[in-house]
Amino acid sequence: MEEYIVNILKGSVLTMEVALGSLAVAVVLGLLGATAKLAQSKPLNWLAGIYSTVIRGIPDLVLMLLIFYGGQILLNKGLELVGYEEYIEINPFLAGVLTIGFIYGAYMTETFRGAIMAIPKGQMEAGYAFGMSKSRVFFHITVPQMIRLALPSFTNNWLVLIKATALVSILGLPDMTMLAKQAASAARDVTPLAPMLFFLFTGAIYLAITTVSLIVLKQLDKRYSMGVRRGEF
Amino acid sequence: MQFEVIFEPATLKLFGQGILVSLKLLFISVTIGAVLSIPMAIMRVSRNKWLSTPVWLYTYVMRGTPMLIQVYLIYYGVAQLEFVQSNWDTVPLLMPFKDALFCCVLAFTLNTCAYTTEMLAGAIRDTNHGEIEAARAMGMSRRQLMWRIVLPSALRRTLPAYSNEVIMMLHGTSLASTVPALMDITGAARSVYSDFYLPFEAFITAGAIYLVLTFTLVWCFKLAERRWLAYLQPRKA
Repeated sequence: MEEYIVNILKGSVLTMEVALGSLAVAVVLGLLGATAKLAQSKPLNWLAGIYSTVIRGIPDLVLMLLIFYGGQILLNKGLELVGYEEYIEINPFLAGVLTIGFIYGAYMTETFRGAIMAIPKGQMEAGYAFGMSKSRVFFHITVPQMIRLALPSFTNNWLVLIKATALVSILGLPDMTMLAKQAASAARDVTPLAPMLFFLFTGAIYLAITTVSLIVLKQLDKRYSMGVRRGEF
Repeated sequence: MQFEVIFEPATLKLFGQGILVSLKLLFISVTIGAVLSIPMAIMRVSRNKWLSTPVWLYTYVMRGTPMLIQVYLIYYGVAQLEFVQSNWDTVPLLMPFKDALFCCVLAFTLNTCAYTTEMLAGAIRDTNHGEIEAARAMGMSRRQLMWRIVLPSALRRTLPAYSNEVIMMLHGTSLASTVPALMDITGAARSVYSDFYLPFEAFITAGAIYLVLTFTLVWCFKLAERRWLAYLQPRKA
């Protein structure tokens, strides 16, 4: 029994790797999506609008299966066209990270868009008046103020994202959930209660991860809200 | 692309039945979850610690763990137990676990009820203090205050957040496809994929169905908000 528990604990490392990796992808896509949605270009608005609406309207699992199984075929067909003959198997870890990142990028797009819109326009205008370039204004004026405004919704997205990583087990990635499921069927002969125990144990680890995340993000919120007066009742 | 396969009668039937299963799962779990969330939300905001703490613990655990784990726990952890399987014909309490649909509905209901309880509790806490004072001044008892003043307004104000929850649950029902005996929309797509090895056609069809259902739900909730939240809409010039 112990080796199964240790195994599941080891799987939690992969769960965290998938979660943090996809968070990085999601933040980059979210920033790109938000700027595209707020840009003064119709095609860009349109593209970002389709991205955030369609992705948020389809279950994560269906998108994952589509991108994971479909991406495999698309990649090899594409390589065939270029004249590359060998069959390439996509690394399931990379596929999982890119897929979850791509999905949560759509949620982050909305988070960042709302935050950017809440920053007074004068802030950015003052930057331009000082002769700062567009990217300088974005990274030195918009982003630092945006973090505080985006944090509550970012926290929500992160909590949903961690829980969504459990779905990579369906794609065959040995994360915590998959290891728990394997252990559950393997240890059935030892004790019939094994499946229940392993799933409860895995659930407890997820709960620990979300609890720690909440505490850390609360501290971050305090840090970024320094000097901001909240409404006083 | 070979979308002809999708439009073959057998495949269409598979998807059609999948839609029915998904909607059935959604409808049952969301309805029971919403009904149960009302007393739970009242307990959650209670000043009595013995009432509020258990509900807090329940919502905290349900919201902090993946729904997939919850489905596995109920299906593989309870319903697949030999002890349960050998007794479910005789013990009435275990009988429903025979049905895979019941296991999913149980997991989904427990999950959505936790999220709905927190939303509703938030809305109850946000009730304007003046309304409560006015009701007290009218001489209403605590029960009357809750049923006549707080709940009708809190339920309305929860509506926008609740529409998100229902849509999340629609997407959540796709997890039913991880239980072998169930064929929801995602399950239908997965079987089309494995029968014909056509991932794009199968999963794009499923995605399109979910998109249509999502937009329909969004539209329904918009109508509901126009009906019940009219007094909070911005005034039209």
